[in-house]
Amino acid sequence: MRVRVKDASERVVITGIGLTAPNGNTLAEFRRNLLAGRPNIQRIPMRYMGEVFAGVCNFDVLKYQKRKEVRNGTRAGSVAIYCASEALADAGLSLAGLDRSRVGVYIGITEHGNVETENEVYNISKFNYDTKFWTHHHNPRTVANNPAGEVTINLGITGPHYTIGAACAAGNAGLIQGAQMLRLGEVDVAIAGGVSESIQTFGIFAGFKAQGALAHHDDPNQASRPFDRDRNGIVVAEGGGLYILERLSDARRRGARIIAEVAGYGLNSDATDAVLPNPERQVECMNAAIARAGLGPEDIDLVSTHATATPQGDAQECEALRRVFAGCGTHFNNTKSFIGHAMGAAGALELAGNLPSLLDGIIHPTINLDNLDPACELPNLVAQRPAQVRRVRAILNNSFGMLGINSAVVVTACE
Amino acid sequence: MTELTELTKYPEEKIMTAAAVTTHEDVKKIVLAIIAEVAPDEDLSNLKPEGRLRDQIELDSMDFLDIVMELRKKYGIEVPEADYGKLATLDSCAEYLLPKFLK
Repeated sequence: MRVRVKDASERVVITGIGLTAPNGNTLAEFRRNLLAGRPNIQRIPMRYMGEVFAGVCNFDVLKYQKRKEVRNGTRAGSVAIYCASEALADAGLSLAGLDRSRVGVYIGITEHGNVETENEVYNISKFNYDTKFWTHHHNPRTVANNPAGEVTINLGITGPHYTIGAACAAGNAGLIQGAQMLRLGEVDVAIAGGVSESIQTFGIFAGFKAQGALAHHDDPNQASRPFDRDRNGIVVAEGGGLYILERLSDARRRGARIIAEVAGYGLNSDATDAVLPNPERQVECMNAAIARAGLGPEDIDLVSTHATATPQGDAQECEALRRVFAGCGTHFNNTKSFIGHAMGAAGALELAGNLPSLLDGIIHPTINLDNLDPACELPNLVAQRPAQVRRVRAILNNSFGMLGINSAVVVTACE
Repeated sequence: MTELTELTKYPEEKIMTAAAVTTHEDVKKIVLAIIAEVAPDEDLSNLKPEGRLRDQIELDSMDFLDIVMELRKKYGIEVPEADYGKLATLDSCAEYLLPKFLK
């Protein structure tokens, strides 16, 4: 330990997880499918484009919402409400017993409002673009705080809520924001993570396609192939991952089950290019997260990689990883090979699927890795089949995004 | 009333064209079908035509805007803001809207 030991009042722990992924609507189901090597990518019709590949979630929307809420709200709102409600239940927290003004909602998003705006433009196109047919729901649906705000209305939470716009680093960024607000004493419970409704906006697909970064393959389930020689781009997915975060002292006081400690994090900016990553900054980001956790790279047992299956992005992340973890014995895996890129939810979901390894030492693989690209060679890259290791005590979760935003979160087993 | 209940279950399939509307009952069916879309959680089977809609089901001002929008989209009918009060009950909807359908 190179850093002072923190007081329990400023250590932040995860006590609940709510998620929906294309291959699981609970952590148990998600993990089971990750260990079994079961992806779930579908062909869906996309306005103006024909068929595209997408990771689609099938959680029960009406479990926590009325039909009118679903009709008037957004898909991101529904995902967030489902995940927040599941997370609270998982944490054994009932809002009835909480001071609702001391609960904060911090949700990472890659983008918001594209879906709703595209839908309305399409709608008025049927009326000769007469804007009197534009819905009055447009503004509440598209304000950037929408998914977090929908959670507070649905659950009656009166503490702060907002979204954290952080491109595809958003899942981590939401989690980091929640931890920071707990450390500042702004709230006692943080509902934090990320969500994505991006599979409903043609603009995201068309944009990736124009960039040459949209995956294609005969089989949708083999289209997302991080590190593989034949990878050719991203499969877009929807999803959500929200965590209940509490200060360790509070969690202990109420006898909560502690899933992991948010031990460290790093956030920085490439300051180089809007789209192309920068391995040097990624190295700095990971090192900062590890140092803040009071650890060295040799203490990190598992890295959940960001790799999205673009030719350049994967190779550059691997270059950064080799520099940080040379000779450390760290294992590496990737979740996008199963569910595609869940955008704002990616960081939160990818971390969640790996948390059970803190208990059982089993690391889920990255799949669709038939021919490793030499540029993506990593020692201990867990591919095709799960690996049982001696123990997993610390996980580093990478999430990077456009405009050069990098994030890394370190979670540890908590005694 | 049985017919109305059926209608609310499948609003899209059974919706009438504006030209087919000739009576107050036709207008009520149309308004009920729109309410079923806008307020999908509500049970509309026992709605009293003479009673205020907002007293009988959960319907806020945003929902009224949705009803006005659906009349505009589906039937080209405009309800100016000054006339919103005339949509208070099913009966008053029929009274107010029928001349607009017959126009």
